Amino acid sequence: MTSPPSFTSDVRIEKRSRLFWAISDSMVLAKRSIKHITRSLDQLMSVALFPIMFFLLFRYVIGGAINTGDLSYVNFLVAGILVQMLAFGANYTTLNLAIDLQRGIIDRFRSLPIFSSALLIGHVGADLFRNAISGLIILGVAFIIGFNPIAGPVEWLLVFVLAFFFSLAISWLSAIMGLLVKSMEAAQWTGFIVIFPLTFVSSAFVPTDTMPEALRIFAENQPLTHVIEAMRAWLVGTPIGNSGLLAFCWCVGIIAVSMPVATWLFHRKAQE
Amino acid sequence: MIYRSLAFFPSRIYYGGPVVGDVADDNVIVVKGLRKSFRNVTVLEGIDFSVKRGTVFALLGPNGAGKTTTVKILSTLLLPDDGQVLINGLDVVKEAGKVHSLIGLTGQYAAVDENLTGRENLHMIGRLYHLSRADVRRRSQELLELFDLVEASDRPVKTYSGGMRRRLDLAVSLIASPPIIFLDEPTTGLDPRSRLIMWDIIKQLVAAGTTILLTTQDMDEADFLADRIVVIDGGKIIAEGTSDELKQRVGSEHLEVKIANGDSFEAARRVFEGDGVYLDSQNRIISLAVESGVQQLKQVLSRLDEAGVGVENVSFRRPTLDDVFLTLTGRMTGDQPSPDGEAQKPEGPMQ
Repeated sequence: MTSPPSFTSDVRIEKRSRLFWAISDSMVLAKRSIKHITRSLDQLMSVALFPIMFFLLFRYVIGGAINTGDLSYVNFLVAGILVQMLAFGANYTTLNLAIDLQRGIIDRFRSLPIFSSALLIGHVGADLFRNAISGLIILGVAFIIGFNPIAGPVEWLLVFVLAFFFSLAISWLSAIMGLLVKSMEAAQWTGFIVIFPLTFVSSAFVPTDTMPEALRIFAENQPLTHVIEAMRAWLVGTPIGNSGLLAFCWCVGIIAVSMPVATWLFHRKAQE
Repeated sequence: MIYRSLAFFPSRIYYGGPVVGDVADDNVIVVKGLRKSFRNVTVLEGIDFSVKRGTVFALLGPNGAGKTTTVKILSTLLLPDDGQVLINGLDVVKEAGKVHSLIGLTGQYAAVDENLTGRENLHMIGRLYHLSRADVRRRSQELLELFDLVEASDRPVKTYSGGMRRRLDLAVSLIASPPIIFLDEPTTGLDPRSRLIMWDIIKQLVAAGTTILLTTQDMDEADFLADRIVVIDGGKIIAEGTSDELKQRVGSEHLEVKIANGDSFEAARRVFEGDGVYLDSQNRIISLAVESGVQQLKQVLSRLDEAGVGVENVSFRRPTLDDVFLTLTGRMTGDQPSPDGEAQKPEGPMQ
């Protein structure tokens, strides 16, 4: 046997405020989730390639057949693609949370002296990071294929702030789904079952006025449409109506409800 | 020896305040009347035990006995239906947050992040224990050296072997030098070499003053490591004592006699009827606990000889968990106590 190492091994728990540790714990776990993104080919592909693919498909395959009036289809499409990608990105919160809950690591986290919602916040925080990158990639591609926004600095700021709130809202909703599903397969499917219809039955890819009556009424009043309409208005100057206000109200409302619900579910799940 | 000595582990750990248990009695874990059911299934039917500071305490029992449930309640992961658990004088239900700073947990399945490297796992958990960055870095390096993981430290854990994962898992539990460590079946599924390494690490942790509660299905493991053993089955404690005390009840060795043919087995059955001997008619084996091996061997063989029973072979073996159970409960591990379980039941009570 080699001789014992001759270092001191006393460790001290750092003394800081509870708020400091709540933030630190959340950041440590967000960093973990972000490392998962950068190390998983699957997640990297979906962050970078999926949006580009969808964008190009709609622009060049389907877009030619869609009448968006005076507005070019690229200019119409950017807001829709952006919102769709933010919504799809949040599915990773559902998936990654479901994975964590099935593996032993959740027991480790729960036996630690940490802020109890840090894991949820970590996953949601990683979603924001992933969505920020996806969003920037989409905007980059948009400019390459002829996107011509008229937005000034204030409008751009509004677009980013709304994107932030929307991403946060949909991630917290996804967290609830991740806590409710029983398997990873189910986690993947919930994303498609909930987010696919929501993004397609909206003004993301086509003007809603060609839809059948019932579908049109739903499409014109659901939150994604308001978010899309508001962004489109700020980016390319379409009429905004009351979509800007409604978009923010929806996002804040969803966050206000889903955050406590997800936290409650997480703690209840823990005792099963 | 491929890993370094753990002798440097401190027996006193500083948590910024006095350790509560210092002023209380010597029992660092106290469990009283613990009950837990999941829906309609009762898992724990009133468990009581206590663990002295700086000792190894083993919960010995088969699958489904309630070992993992007990560990989960003790480590605050589950709420008990009834009863009380004090860790260093702190109630696990009411003061879970404070308990977290005192305990380390290594579950049955390696609770490490597969996508992170070994070192990143240690850093992450160290920060979540609220150690300073400098402490986390220094301590991670120490533990990696100690557990012979330095070479693999910057590789993702998914490339690790099972033994390496378990070692990392235990290392992660030790990052904050918790004074109390829970190990849920720490060697299940490990190869013999990794198992010996794990045993040695546990011995050294205890020598450095750590209190360890472990669960196991392996009599030898409990025998080798534990100062005190509780045997649990069906959510109840069926025996408690030191390894020696339990072995006195079970017999230190088991004699197994294989009978030559089926007819002889019937004759042998008549010879030992009511003697508290386990008869396995399918394999034609008679087994009994023996204290003075050679003497009893002679007796058994001469009794069989007198009855004209042919013997195929004779062997001695160390008692297994099965024997402990057989002795204490009158049935084999994993059997449900039902009146129609005739085929698997021993034919004579041994108490």
